[in-house]
Amino acid sequence: MIIQGLVFYLFAALAIAGGVLVISAKNPVHSVLWLIVVFFNAAGLFLLQGAEFLAMVLVVVYVGAVAVLFLFVVMMLDINFVQLRQGFLHYLPSGALVGIVLLVELAVVLVGWAVSGEAPKSLAAPAPELAKMTNTEALGHILYTQYLYLFQASGVVLLIAMIGSILLTLRHRPGTRHQNISRQVDRHPKDTLEIRKVPSGGGI
Amino acid sequence: MDALLHEYFPILIFLGIAVAISVIAVAASWIVASQHPDREKDSPYECGFEAFGDARGKFDVRFYLVSILFIIFDLEVAFLFPWAVSLGKIGLFGFWSMMLFLGVLTIGFIYEWRKGALEWE
Amino acid sequence: MASLFLELWQAYLWPLILIILKIVAIVVPLLVAVAYLTYAERKVIAAMQMRKGPNVVGPFGLLQPIADGFKLFLKETILPTASNKVVYLIAPMLTFFLALVAWAVIPFDEGIVLADINVGVLYLFAISSLGVYGIIMAGWASNSKYAFLGGLRSAAQMVSYEVSIGFVLISILLTVGSLNLSDVVMAQKKMWFILPHLPLFFIFLISGLAETNRSPFDLPEAEAELVAGYNVEYSAMPFALFFLGEYANMILMSAMTSILFLGGWLPPFNLAMLAWIPGPIWFALKIAFVLFIFLWVRATFPRYRYDQLMRLGWKVFLPFSLAWLVITAGVLQFTGLVPK
Repeated sequence: MIIQGLVFYLFAALAIAGGVLVISAKNPVHSVLWLIVVFFNAAGLFLLQGAEFLAMVLVVVYVGAVAVLFLFVVMMLDINFVQLRQGFLHYLPSGALVGIVLLVELAVVLVGWAVSGEAPKSLAAPAPELAKMTNTEALGHILYTQYLYLFQASGVVLLIAMIGSILLTLRHRPGTRHQNISRQVDRHPKDTLEIRKVPSGGGI
Repeated sequence: MDALLHEYFPILIFLGIAVAISVIAVAASWIVASQHPDREKDSPYECGFEAFGDARGKFDVRFYLVSILFIIFDLEVAFLFPWAVSLGKIGLFGFWSMMLFLGVLTIGFIYEWRKGALEWE
Repeated sequence: MASLFLELWQAYLWPLILIILKIVAIVVPLLVAVAYLTYAERKVIAAMQMRKGPNVVGPFGLLQPIADGFKLFLKETILPTASNKVVYLIAPMLTFFLALVAWAVIPFDEGIVLADINVGVLYLFAISSLGVYGIIMAGWASNSKYAFLGGLRSAAQMVSYEVSIGFVLISILLTVGSLNLSDVVMAQKKMWFILPHLPLFFIFLISGLAETNRSPFDLPEAEAELVAGYNVEYSAMPFALFFLGEYANMILMSAMTSILFLGGWLPPFNLAMLAWIPGPIWFALKIAFVLFIFLWVRATFPRYRYDQLMRLGWKVFLPFSLAWLVITAGVLQFTGLVPK
């Protein structure tokens, strides 16, 4: 039990420290690397709550995929870091505004949870005991049937993301040559090769 | 719950030991071996030339496209994991629910194929 | 006072020491295996090319890997002036670290596993999806054009093959009905999964080659064009860590292949004579077999071109493994064979 508490404070402290470093790091690549540290510690916190599936998926999706994209984007940006820092104060008000909006939203959710009459009911039907089933199974039991519409909606969102990213980033460069494998395989020696008898001293 | 964390505790220890091994390996080699850095030796390798220009620059937008498509398929895989484990319990309805989901994403896949997003130039 | 100490000892210290001993029992054989894998690779490829391979240091050159290790250990660690030093040093450590940590959930025999977690398959999938960071970070931090290009290429490559590995895993999970690796092995008591899922076995093996940046997919380190790619600036121990990490990852991939398709620690037939040989030996034999395929492929095939490699991943493996997944699910569902 003591270990569990210590580990919680370790993960929590690292997550907060990482978060502070994300916004204070001078180099944007370092910011993304700190962001990865934050994701990891968040995964650790999920694990401490017993949500092993969510912890692993957080690592797979956020660290393994989303942060790779961030890193790609940030690494290749041709930006002047000094200039970027000068804009810091300029953007501070709008950044702070977004932060405050998020904070208010969180507060609304928390207060709503505290005063709502529905909350105790949800607590009365908590996630199934781990002894009976793992939480991957528990998710599987309700996600595809009870939450069918939300599940399908997420599929549509992914489809839109796919189409949108293609529309935004796909550029065909003119003049590039592609390998056409079926055409390569289709070529016969008789279409391309010709054997001639060359008389000596005569040339072709 | 406690049983669950009990299984993860060795992993935590393992993480610590693995970090220690890698740091000690590099540090020990650093201390033991003689270090004589000089400017020429520490300049980036460019086949014998002096390096010209910064190595980091813009590159093909296609790399972004690949990583975005990867995120989408990775999410699809993440959705499939609980389904694969609980298919026996959720029955035919769960089966067709997932088939619909995969069908929607297959439309996207066919679209990107037709658009040539998977061609590498 | 003494009783307090005794309690502390029994409740915390002794289990801790036990865990550490278990970890040592995994890490030390692993590192020895990595060292001798490099030796085996040189010997196997030499034999396939009618050469002798290392034969000077020790009997049959058996001490060669140790000599190589010492040489790398005693070299100067070069820190390029243009590099981001901290990221530059973290990258090889991360690669090595991930290659070690993945072994925490691998079952060596029934009940012999360091951490028997419920989501073992996901844990391995998560760890393997992080492998790309060591390479991107090395490529970027070196601040050298070759390293940068190599890192980029390999990142895009690993990412492309990760998807089909995911779909292969799902097909296996459908037939098992659990994410626990020991359950995956036990589900193969009657029949190894290589029989019903033969095409997946090949897809997984080839994706594994691409995932570990092995030949014929070793483009990121293509000597001819990129002069070793992402690790061009590295020397001494950081280089050695990349090297160890790559080979440990190869062994890990082989172990995963054995667990998913070749029945892990189970003997090939349910005979008393074969069951007498302990499980870990079977497991090691299977790993060695898959590793041999890795080396054999390296000695046999020419390197893929980059556009061909991306085409294979996205246009062949991805649709095929997805279709196989749907077929597997359909067959299981409509024949009532779904594991409950």
